[in-house]
Amino acid sequence: MKTNDVLLQFTAKLVFFMIFLFSVHIFMAGHYTPGGGFVGGLLAASAIVLLILAFDLKTVQAGFRINYRIMVAIGLVLALGTAAYPMLDGKPFFTHYFDYFDLPFFGETSLHTAMLFDAGVYLVVVGVTMTIIQSIGEDE
Amino acid sequence: MNLIVAIFLPILAALFVPLLFKKVKQLHTGWFVLLIPLSLFFFYASFIQRVANGDIFSSTFHWVQSLQLSFISYIDGLSLLFSLLITGIGSLVVLYSIFYLDKSKEQLHNFYVYLLLFMSAMLGVVQSDNVITLYLFWELTSISSFLLIAYWFNRDASRFGALKSMMITVFGGLLMLGGFVLLSMMGDTYSIRELIAQAPQLAQHDYFTWALVLILFGAFTKSAQGPFYIWLPDAMEAPTPVSAYLHSATMVKAGIYLVARFTPIFAVSELWIWLVTGTGLFTLAWCSFFALKQTDLKGILAFSTVSQLGLIMALLGAGAMSYHVDGAVETVFKYAAFAAIFHLINHATFKGSLFMIVGIIDHETGTRDIQKLGGLMSLMPISFTVAMIGSLSMAGVPLFNGFLSKEMFLTAMLSIKEFGLFSFDTFGVLFPILAWVASVFTFAYSLYFVTHTFFGKYKPEQLPKKAHEAPIAMLVSPIVLAVLVVTIFFIPNVVATYFIKPAVLAIQPFLYSDVSQIDIHISAWHGFNKELWMTLGIFAVGTLLIVTLKKWQHVYDRVPAGFNKMYDAVMQFSDVGMNRLARLYMTGSNQTYLLYMLASFVVLVLGTLFTQGGFVFDASNVAPIRVYDIVLVAVLVCGTIIALVTKSRLTSIIGLGVVGYSVAMFFVLFNAPDLALTQLVIETISVALFLLCFYHLPKNSRTEKRMRFKLSRFAVSFGVGATVTIVAIAAQSQKMMTSISEYYKETVYSLAGGGNIVNVILVDYRGFDTLFEIAVLAIAGLGIFAMIKLRLGEGKEKKQIENK
Repeated sequence: MKTNDVLLQFTAKLVFFMIFLFSVHIFMAGHYTPGGGFVGGLLAASAIVLLILAFDLKTVQAGFRINYRIMVAIGLVLALGTAAYPMLDGKPFFTHYFDYFDLPFFGETSLHTAMLFDAGVYLVVVGVTMTIIQSIGEDE
Repeated sequence: MNLIVAIFLPILAALFVPLLFKKVKQLHTGWFVLLIPLSLFFFYASFIQRVANGDIFSSTFHWVQSLQLSFISYIDGLSLLFSLLITGIGSLVVLYSIFYLDKSKEQLHNFYVYLLLFMSAMLGVVQSDNVITLYLFWELTSISSFLLIAYWFNRDASRFGALKSMMITVFGGLLMLGGFVLLSMMGDTYSIRELIAQAPQLAQHDYFTWALVLILFGAFTKSAQGPFYIWLPDAMEAPTPVSAYLHSATMVKAGIYLVARFTPIFAVSELWIWLVTGTGLFTLAWCSFFALKQTDLKGILAFSTVSQLGLIMALLGAGAMSYHVDGAVETVFKYAAFAAIFHLINHATFKGSLFMIVGIIDHETGTRDIQKLGGLMSLMPISFTVAMIGSLSMAGVPLFNGFLSKEMFLTAMLSIKEFGLFSFDTFGVLFPILAWVASVFTFAYSLYFVTHTFFGKYKPEQLPKKAHEAPIAMLVSPIVLAVLVVTIFFIPNVVATYFIKPAVLAIQPFLYSDVSQIDIHISAWHGFNKELWMTLGIFAVGTLLIVTLKKWQHVYDRVPAGFNKMYDAVMQFSDVGMNRLARLYMTGSNQTYLLYMLASFVVLVLGTLFTQGGFVFDASNVAPIRVYDIVLVAVLVCGTIIALVTKSRLTSIIGLGVVGYSVAMFFVLFNAPDLALTQLVIETISVALFLLCFYHLPKNSRTEKRMRFKLSRFAVSFGVGATVTIVAIAAQSQKMMTSISEYYKETVYSLAGGGNIVNVILVDYRGFDTLFEIAVLAIAGLGIFAMIKLRLGEGKEKKQIENK
């Protein structure tokens, strides 16, 4: 018997975006304030989990057509690539580049390659968490 | 260089043996093999004249130069004598084996490959100057002997004998390696010649006694001395050519060679003299006594070989005494080394021929059991003649070479009590008595061997085959050896000049500077002295013994043969006993192993901490304690206790959750917002996963049960907790350096362009760690995915059930 959880599903849809945006915020702000790729990734995954709880696994999978294992691979490649790129430039492995730019909409902003690395971490964490939860959930 | 090639020639030739065996079917493979020892024999024979003049030959092949490992072939009197024995008797044995082993029924390619391997190994042992390569060849003889004993590998007794000889000789060989290593550490060289040159300094060294004992272990196991003789009688399961070659003439003399070779280094030691002489005499007496008990012809010969080796060993020990005395007595002990080498040659000749005769009897009658044999004299006249010559020589009867060496042996033993040092003046009198008794038994078993085989009544009904004389080609080798036995009696001094004296020079290099200084003359008739009366006594009592053999043979039932039982017990213990011991502590239960690990952690860490004085308590650095801290600690402790003592698993999981969240609160209190965030999320996820596990528990194990209390577990847990606490306090109390975090604080903005030190450390300063941590995460995720999705085992199980 399946109850019709209108209230839960509506709230979940709403809250999903809040959590997801908060995760992006935490990820972006990680270099200056508490947060970063790891926590950000966990929060993003928990946002998806909330949807899974409110609807069900199949519906969410149909909504996000993402293969999370590929996401893990992309994250790893991104992290490794960011770390390895300076070697082409004749610098040691894991040298980061950063500078301050005056962007039109954001004002003076610092752009940092550590961000790319953190994005790799973010993708891996989301991918791994979702892989685990999905495979356990699909298991009979 | 060509000397090295000569050593390896048999191994190289062995490569072609299987090919010849497969391709040339009509000709016995042995004929090809025969060329190798024969040509080597003539090659080594060409050195005789020059070595007799005192020349020494050597050549070197560098193997691992940086470790000073090289094959050094060194030809002096001793090694030349052994090389000639190896190749000469090797040729005769190969010739004999051609007729002994059937070319269509036997695995000849195996046989000759092993035999050639052995020949190389043996040549290497006697010619090596480098102790490490000597050891290499030594083990190669053990391995090839193992293969040869188990040549008929589908028999149980062959495999048992092979294993036994392998266990004992390799045991000794490894100990010997230890002795060699010690010796080369003492002298800082691997070369035996250089070690001998610095012998006086070596004797002062701390390791001297250790090296001595260890090397003697090697020599005694290989030459079947003392309690280690037990492998030789069991090795008689080998084909007879192998017994004749390895277990009478060559390999068992490797230990003799080793003792002779190292005499110049160790002879200064009292222990060496006592061990070598004592063990030799003990083996001589003990095994000559037991030879009369045997009913298998090869068994008699095996015990006889062991006792004769003991005789040679005892003579070598007596020869070592010449380092300690001089003057008139000295000549007598010089005599002993001379007699040892002489008897070594004699023993190789007569024992080789006797083994071959036993092989012929076995071949022509189908049995080696002395109780079934008898009256073969008229049926096998040539074999009888050869056997008679060999036995009488072994018994020490005039007209045969054994007589000469036995006389010299008695002379040497009689003079031992003249040796004043090392309390030999009190115990020395035992030696000639023991030697005399052993000689009586030697005489008795020699006659027992011949009379019970060839005399008496012919019992055709007990023999599997109808007895008849062997083909003449098979008799060639024993006849050659028998002719040598007689010839040596008539020309002993020629043999002495060409073979014995150069060898004695190698054993006692400090006594003589030249071969010509060895002024020992062998004479068959040496007047009416004590030795002659002793010999006559041996003949009389020995005859008496053999005539009355039936009356006193039940004595053997009362004498325990303890060494074999001991070997069996050791093997039993190491197999079954060790298995049981392992099962005692390898319980298969993870809880037990955890107890071992944690208990040893406590013992090791606490032991180190307190023996090294590492525990310091210093409260000056401690921060003030706030109220929040106390409350949180209380919550945390409550959570922990609940998780431990509760009956229900659900409560336990919740208790763990409490612990996790209070840790997160600690992170908040101690200003670690990143950690607090991560800890909260991770704790939530892991509690959810625990609940999942709980939900999927099998119904019958979901019963609510309190964890049983066990004192051992409690003690170990308490110990681990206390240890970690003590270590933490000790570490906190003695911080030796200031933290490097100042650097991070200063450069986080200027160099890394960030504000959150934690995150900048994670992705920039120490990004390497993070890279591999996310790799760990990825592996964990894929692992879980694979565990859940891949169900290979289950599918198979179902299939098996369907097949039923």
